[in-house]
Amino acid sequence: MVSAADVRAAAQSRVRWELLANLVRKDLKVKYKNSALGFLWSLANPLLYLAVFDLVFSVFLKNNVPYFAVLFMSGLLVWNFFNLSTLSATGVVVGNANLVRKVRFPRVVLPLASVGFAAVHFLLQMAVFFAFLLVFYRDFIGPQLVLLVPALAVVIVFTVGMALLVSALNVRFRDVEHLLEIALLAWFWLTPIVYPVALVQDQLLHRHLFWMYMANPMTAVVTAMQRAVYRYPSVVESGGVQRILAIGGYTFYLKWLGVAAVVSVVLLVLGLLVFRRLEADFAEEL
Amino acid sequence: MPDAVIAARGVGKRFLIHHQKATSLKERLLQTRRSQAEEFWALRDIELDISGGETIGLIGANGSGKSTLLKLLAGILEPTAGKVSVRGRVASLLELGAGFNGELTGRENIYLNASILGLSRREISRHFDGIVEFSGLEQFIDNQVKHYSSGQYVRLGFAIAVHVDPDVLLVDEVLAVGDEAFQAKCLAKISEFQERGCTILFVTHALDLVPRLCNRGIVLDHGRVMHDGDPLEAAEVLRGLLGTAADQSGGAAPASSGLRISGLRLVDPASPGVHKGEYRAGEPMVVEVNVTAGAEPPPVAAVRVAVTGPADVPMWVMDAEEERFQPGTARAVRFTVKELPPIQGIFSVATALREAAGGRALDARRFPEALRVIGAPEHGLIDVAWTIEGTKEAKRAKPSAARQRPRAAGDRGRR
Repeated sequence: MVSAADVRAAAQSRVRWELLANLVRKDLKVKYKNSALGFLWSLANPLLYLAVFDLVFSVFLKNNVPYFAVLFMSGLLVWNFFNLSTLSATGVVVGNANLVRKVRFPRVVLPLASVGFAAVHFLLQMAVFFAFLLVFYRDFIGPQLVLLVPALAVVIVFTVGMALLVSALNVRFRDVEHLLEIALLAWFWLTPIVYPVALVQDQLLHRHLFWMYMANPMTAVVTAMQRAVYRYPSVVESGGVQRILAIGGYTFYLKWLGVAAVVSVVLLVLGLLVFRRLEADFAEEL
Repeated sequence: MPDAVIAARGVGKRFLIHHQKATSLKERLLQTRRSQAEEFWALRDIELDISGGETIGLIGANGSGKSTLLKLLAGILEPTAGKVSVRGRVASLLELGAGFNGELTGRENIYLNASILGLSRREISRHFDGIVEFSGLEQFIDNQVKHYSSGQYVRLGFAIAVHVDPDVLLVDEVLAVGDEAFQAKCLAKISEFQERGCTILFVTHALDLVPRLCNRGIVLDHGRVMHDGDPLEAAEVLRGLLGTAADQSGGAAPASSGLRISGLRLVDPASPGVHKGEYRAGEPMVVEVNVTAGAEPPPVAAVRVAVTGPADVPMWVMDAEEERFQPGTARAVRFTVKELPPIQGIFSVATALREAAGGRALDARRFPEALRVIGAPEHGLIDVAWTIEGTKEAKRAKPSAARQRPRAAGDRGRR
């Protein structure tokens, strides 16, 4: 028998969208309160990255990638979503110690809200990016855009799994936070955001090591995002043909996205298990 | 037990006290010996069955496990042993305003906090005006909470928590905050919850509140239940544990060889031998003062019983001038009140033992909140005859002021 009281009790321990939305809204409000430009600031970071990397790679290093900005941004924005989610999830349980120690609520909403917060930024940045593409880079419209769907699905699952894992572990081991900051920096450079993936493929393919590089789910996501938006798989130069995107058709992208999806689901399950296991002790550990 | 709203079966809670808590990975890895941690059982073998609508006072010395028990029931901590089950929506007033964000306004915090406590947006909107009104912060509701005073902060927190519409209310020492008017509001709210059938468990150090508000008192001592039952006895048990059992107003430490007050009972003459604390106005009552005599009691002693009302106003005094006690025995001195006066309220009973005729005080004890008289006038404290100008007929006073005890009269009779 399920009484009204049981239903109301469940509302206190179940994850509700409304609660999640309220927490995300709170984070956004707090972040942009008393700031005149408000949300525009969230565009500042990718724009700065764009300016710096464009200057370094297109002007100083002359990497000859046409529309380097488009290639770069299609990878950077999705990376930023992952990066921001993971970093803010790390400290989210510790940061809400006050709440965790005193109030009964589903703790799992805390890392989820971190992901939600980053997702809102990501969506708006993507909107600006696509508006920009519509004006300056009409070529991007085409069937390959469909790749966005599996790529985004994979990155969301992977990010949620990661957020659950690090937010729970950081309560017990505060090192996680420091470790992650460094790891994410290395991870960023091991993902083909700033440089074309084809360079890596050329280097590693004949040594049969390229699969290790691609096994990184973020690489699968980023390359798929690039393939979806960027239209120059290779460019003809004076010295021959320089490839930018990876060799292989859709099967290449779908295969690696599939691998990433498996890794992501495993990570999500692991994250949930670890979170559930450690959650009981949060109030004591804090 | 299906109708128990709160049940605890063999519940224990162990804390590990790390002398130097290892929170980093390196420390964890280097310090593998588990023996570094000292075990501390905050609670042990707790068995509880609390049914719907009960109001329970949870009392105990500092560190006796009260707050830990509340946190277990609130689902914030997990028991190390045993099982806790609580049915229905729990509102825990463990710390008011926990989770408020200073940057947000009062209004925004109401929505956020209530949402965390399990309310849907619709429910919050329905209760919003009530919350604001209860907190008395109408003018400040759109100010950032960081500009609130600590009192305003707590008031908002309390207002939200009580509007969660709980089935179970867990209260930890929060009645001590806020000004007097707000405290009165809180007590009124608790009475309202009682009438609605909400189960309430509250921790307090104000022992006189326990018999006033609760139908059951639980005393914890070093993590174990020392007493579970009558709230008045609970308060006395704790006073015993704390060593403040007797209010030694006489000042004289009772000599073991002399006379000592060993107890007090209020008894209905219709059922002798049973303590009963609650009477209707006009009913008879017997006050039994138990006196234990040592080896060399004074030949004659005087026993006085004083019944005092709120703020220790003496209501009436009864004296037994010449009582004799045999060495090494105990007996009761009985005072019979033929008819309790038509004044409703909760009274304390104080008793003192002196050498005959105004001599040296031998022992004195006070039993706060020992007697409750109900049902004289429907409202107010006393019955007064009055008329309205132009009418001949005399009427009985029925001021509309709220009764002192809003609980239904028959509710507290079980003991």
